[in-house]
Parts: sequence; C-alpha cells; structure tokens
Amino acid sequence: MAIATRQELQNYLELFEGFEKRATAPEFVRKLRQDAFARFWELGFPTLKDEDWRFTSVAPITAQTFDLPQGASVSQSEIEAIVAPELSNRIVFVNGRFAPELSVIASAGAKVLSLAEAIGTANPVLQKHLAKHERFESDAFTALNTAFIEDGAFVHVKRGAVIEQPIYILYVSTGEKPQMVNPRNLIVADEQSQAVFVEDYVTLSNRGRTGLESGATVFSNVVTELVAGSDSILSHYMIEREDAKALNVSTLNVQLARGANVDSHSLLVGGALVRNNVHPVLAGEGSDCLINGLFVGNERQHLDNYMKVEHASPHCNSRQFYNGILDGHSRGVFHGRIIVHKDAQKTDAKQTNRNLLLSDNAQIDTKPQLEIYADDVKCTHGATIGQMDEEALFYMRSRGIEEAEARRLLLFAFAGECLDRMKPGPVLDWLRLAVPTWLPAKR
Amino acid sequence: MSAILEIKNLHASVDGHEILKGINLTVNPGEVHGIMGPNGSGKSTLAQVLARREAFVVTQGEVLFNGKNLLELKPEEAAAEGLFMAFQYPVEVPGINNAYFIRSAVNAVRKYHGEEEMDAMDFLPAFKQSMKILDMDERFLNRAVNESFSGGEKKRNEILQLMMIRPKLAILDETDSGLDIDALRVVSDGVNSMRGPDRSFLVVTHYQRLLNYIVPDFVHVLVDGRIVKSGGKELALELEDRGYGWVETEAAPAGRV
Repeated sequence: MAIATRQELQNYLELFEGFEKRATAPEFVRKLRQDAFARFWELGFPTLKDEDWRFTSVAPITAQTFDLPQGASVSQSEIEAIVAPELSNRIVFVNGRFAPELSVIASAGAKVLSLAEAIGTANPVLQKHLAKHERFESDAFTALNTAFIEDGAFVHVKRGAVIEQPIYILYVSTGEKPQMVNPRNLIVADEQSQAVFVEDYVTLSNRGRTGLESGATVFSNVVTELVAGSDSILSHYMIEREDAKALNVSTLNVQLARGANVDSHSLLVGGALVRNNVHPVLAGEGSDCLINGLFVGNERQHLDNYMKVEHASPHCNSRQFYNGILDGHSRGVFHGRIIVHKDAQKTDAKQTNRNLLLSDNAQIDTKPQLEIYADDVKCTHGATIGQMDEEALFYMRSRGIEEAEARRLLLFAFAGECLDRMKPGPVLDWLRLAVPTWLPAKR
Repeated sequence: MSAILEIKNLHASVDGHEILKGINLTVNPGEVHGIMGPNGSGKSTLAQVLARREAFVVTQGEVLFNGKNLLELKPEEAAAEGLFMAFQYPVEVPGINNAYFIRSAVNAVRKYHGEEEMDAMDFLPAFKQSMKILDMDERFLNRAVNESFSGGEKKRNEILQLMMIRPKLAILDETDSGLDIDALRVVSDGVNSMRGPDRSFLVVTHYQRLLNYIVPDFVHVLVDGRIVKSGGKELALELEDRGYGWVETEAAPAGRV
C-alpha cells in the first residue's frame, strides 16, 4: 500500500519541486513548506480505513493529475455577476492568487491584505500565528496545503475595533486543465474586536470560448486559521458553491481565547466532492461557539461535514446545528466529534443534525462522537433523518398553494432553520435571497 | 339558483375497503348542512374525499362543485375554486410563519382567478378583525403554522384561515373535537360571522352540541357509508336524546345492498 501511495503522490512531488523553485519566500516559510511536504509524503491521502474518512473516498482526488494553477484574467463584470452585492468590502482571488484589480478593500480598524504580501514583508503577526494552530502533522490535506502556502487572505483586526462591513473573501477558479489551488487564510482578531468574515468559493465556468461547456476540474484545498482574541465577537461564513466537478476540502480552525464568541456558518451547495472540516478549540475560559451549517446535495454530489469541537477550558459552550437536504443520488455525511478535555469542567456542548432526504437514492451518514475526560459537563447530541412531510404538503395544497410551491416553501423552511441562527446584517440579507435559488427545484 | 355541491352516488375506498357506499347530497348556496353519524360511519372520509385527499379512491359516482367535476381537481385547484376544509387534526408546519402561510393561501387563490396579489399590509385589517372575533392573540401570526399550538388554538387557526380565505363552501371536519365550551363558542362565532347567502357549510360532527352554536338548515345522518336519514335541525336534538341506535336499526330494514 505504501508503494501505491508513493506513486499516487509522485505528481505532487514534481509539483512541489517546481513550486519551490518558483515561489520565493523567507526562510521560515520555506522551512514550513518543506516540513509540511515531508509530512504529506509520509501520510499520503486518507483511505476509508481511516476512522475520520470512513464515509468519504478521496478517489476523485487521487484519480486525477492536477497542475498548479495558471494565471487567468477575470473581468470586473464577471465578478459583479457572482458576488453578493451587499458585500462591498472584498478581497478577490483568481485561481488562488490575489487579484487587486478586482478587490475593494476599505476597512478601518483592520489590516486586510494578501497572504503573499504579508509573507513578503515578514509580518510579525503572521509569523506568530501562521500554521501554529492548524497543525499539519496529523492531516494530509493540511500538510498539502501548508506545503504549497503562497497566497490567500491575511486579516488582522485591531484591538477593540468594530468592523461594520463584512470582510468578503472571494475565491474564483477558472481554467481548462485540472488544477489544484491551496488557498491559505489567516485571520487574527485581537481582544474585544468585532468582525464578520465570509469565504466564498465559486467556479467561473461557461465562459463561452471554443465551445467548451465548462472548465476543467478544480481541486481547492483550503486551510483557514481564525484566531479569536479575548472577548472578541466574530462570525465566519464558508460558502461552497463551485461547479458540479469541483473538489473542495476545507479546514477551518478557530482558536477561542477567554470570553471569545465565534459563530461559524457553513453553506455547502456546490462541488462534486466536498469535505468541510470545522475545528474550533475553546481554549479560553468562558468562550462560546456556534457551529451552524446547511448542506444541499443533488445528483452525485458527496458532501462531508467533519466537526471537531475541542473543549479545553472550563465554562465554555458549543452548539452545533447542521441541516442536510439530499436529493438525487447525493450523499451526505455529518461527523460530529466533541472532545472535552480533563480541565474543561462545566462544559455545555450540544449537537443536532437534521436531514431531509428527497429521493430514495440519496443517503446520509450521521455519526456523533463524544470523548469526555471531565466529569462535570453537559453534552447532548441528536440526529434525525426524514422525508418531505406529506401531511404538511397536503395541508398547504388544501389551502390553494400549488404542489411545487408548497414543496419549495417546506424546503426553504427547513433550510431557513440555518439562516435563523445567523445574526442580522448584510450577509444574512444576501443569503435570504440567495439560498432559495440554491435549493433543488423540481417535481 | 344552482347548487354549490352535488354529490351523486359517491363510493370511495381506502386501502381496498369501501367506506362510502353511495352518498347523495345537494348543498345550495347559503345553506348549512350538518353531517352526523356514529364513529366509523364515513363522515370524515366524506370530508377528506371532498378536500381531494389522494389516499381515498373514488370508485363510483360524481361530485359537482360549483358546476365543475370536483373529482378531477387537484387539492389546490379545489381550494382555488372555493372549497375549504377545516382539518380535524390541523398540521404543524415548522419554519413557515403563520401570517405568511395564510397570505400565500389567499394570494394563491387570487392568482388562480387572475386577480392581483395583495401585500402584507393589505391583510392587516382583516387579520385584526378576524382574530378579535376568535379571541386570538396577534402573536399567533408570527409563530410557525400550528407549531406548539394547543388543540384549541389549532382549531381557531383553522377558522382564522376560513375567515381570511373566504371560501364558497367550508367543510368543518369535527371542528368541535377537543374543544371546551368556551372555545367552542368562540369558534362558532367565527363560523357564524362568515355565514351568508354566498357561502355554504358542511358541518361534520359526532355530537349535536356544535349544532347548538352553528345552527344548521339540514341534518343528515350517515351510517355505514350512506345517508340514512335527513331532516331539519331538530333531527340533531333527537339524535342527542336517543343516540344513533334507532337510526341504524331503522336504516337496516330498508335492505339496500
């Protein structure tokens, strides 16, 4: 098996050697990349035998040979067509590289720049935090991302700053050859700051040249480290709406200091294979974390949500709510792991996963995993799997509402549970309009 | 004046069991008909068939509603044509705001008739007026449809929908079940406020009590899937006094197969 693994990785070795020659960086980054690649080489890609990957095969990734992305030009009007108009403060990346001409950065109180620039200037905040939280030692995808660290968003919110406008981080991919992008985001929010961050992954396909119906496969392998300072109040949104061929593995690592309050919202509606890792570490006493998500699958989509909620201090709360809607032959996974460390007394951890299966061929695997090493804690978990409520459908139809509309309303009501957990503001305003258009519409 | 509802020799089955065995009934505009009968006689089945619930299969007969073949209409089309059923067990619809639901229903009917849809503000006066009659707190508008409503609140919400949708024919399917006397009175007030020359009611009930408050023009007794006796409102009182036994035995010698 080891030999097969090495062959599988050979292409990545070649890419890495080319990358190292081209992508100049200060010594600390070069060393990080080398260590990470070495670790990736040792680990290889996970298999179904790995407990954390029991329900998800990465074959769609290992079966293809990817290039590192080429530069591409994307016009302002193409961006305008996909962005949330409500989110005017945006930093845009095309094929993983910062696109200043498409970005509009105006945040008093926060430093928003490309990771490449922050690396180039050896930013001290970056040096302190980059790759210090999401460790590459135990995860092949994080190792791979870290080996190819080059660009992404770097945000530093100053102490006490209240950033009114959400900071919108948009990743656009386009190309005609299969490509791998490794976006790396580092967000550091100092003590008592307040801010909202949105990561949005979009494929620009159907660009209408040479009769190509759409572009080639994009494999996005994302790592975001979010460092929430004491008493900071932050919201993070991950929106995956790439095309039907896209492969997307993302990891959000959140470090919560004392009294920090962080909401994580994931909306997965696109992609062929999506793995959404959310890993909050409640490191400071009294910190509070909401982990909220909606995944909507259709056709042969595979959407895997892997939660690892670590309670490392006393008096912390975490609440997980994930709603899944699965149609066609799609498959969903919810793996909700909660780890309560020995000292994390008075932990209050809650987990709820609700799923709606719209077709006989859709499938969901839901698995709670509680590891509790403290003795004075409250942990609850629950999962439900159901179909569209026929009684409710008939009830609505008997009031004159057409069947298709009744289905749409019920579906949106189910999806709306996820939106109801978001704070009011421009992101929610946008999602209230956008989410209904992302739901399966048929029958 | 032509009938709003004409049921001719209606037979219906569920899961292969024949429940309705030849119902004949004509309802004219403005009339209130009470449908009474012992448990299992087919009262609720009749209501469900008229509301076009698919689980019930019509094997014989015809039903004209407002001059149209009701049995060819989808539930939403029947509703849009002016048929309304207050459910015996109103359904909870989590996540859908009650006011939004009722507005959608009213607007769906308007759209069907090519009328302009109304906006949220247009609804307010009618909501306020109806909820006052039903002694309903306006907070019920902003809750999810029937979710965590008590039994009585659900029934009031059914009548609220009736009052907002303003159908031509309203079927009340055991609306009195589970209601205390105060709630029964309030719900009846709501229904009575809607009586008029253009609106008919089919009041399905096991007990006569509801018909003290919603006084019918006609009462029909359903036994084993057939109407075995019809009369005026005094028939309801007689049933209350004597029970259903005598109509059942009276019906039997008629010997219909």
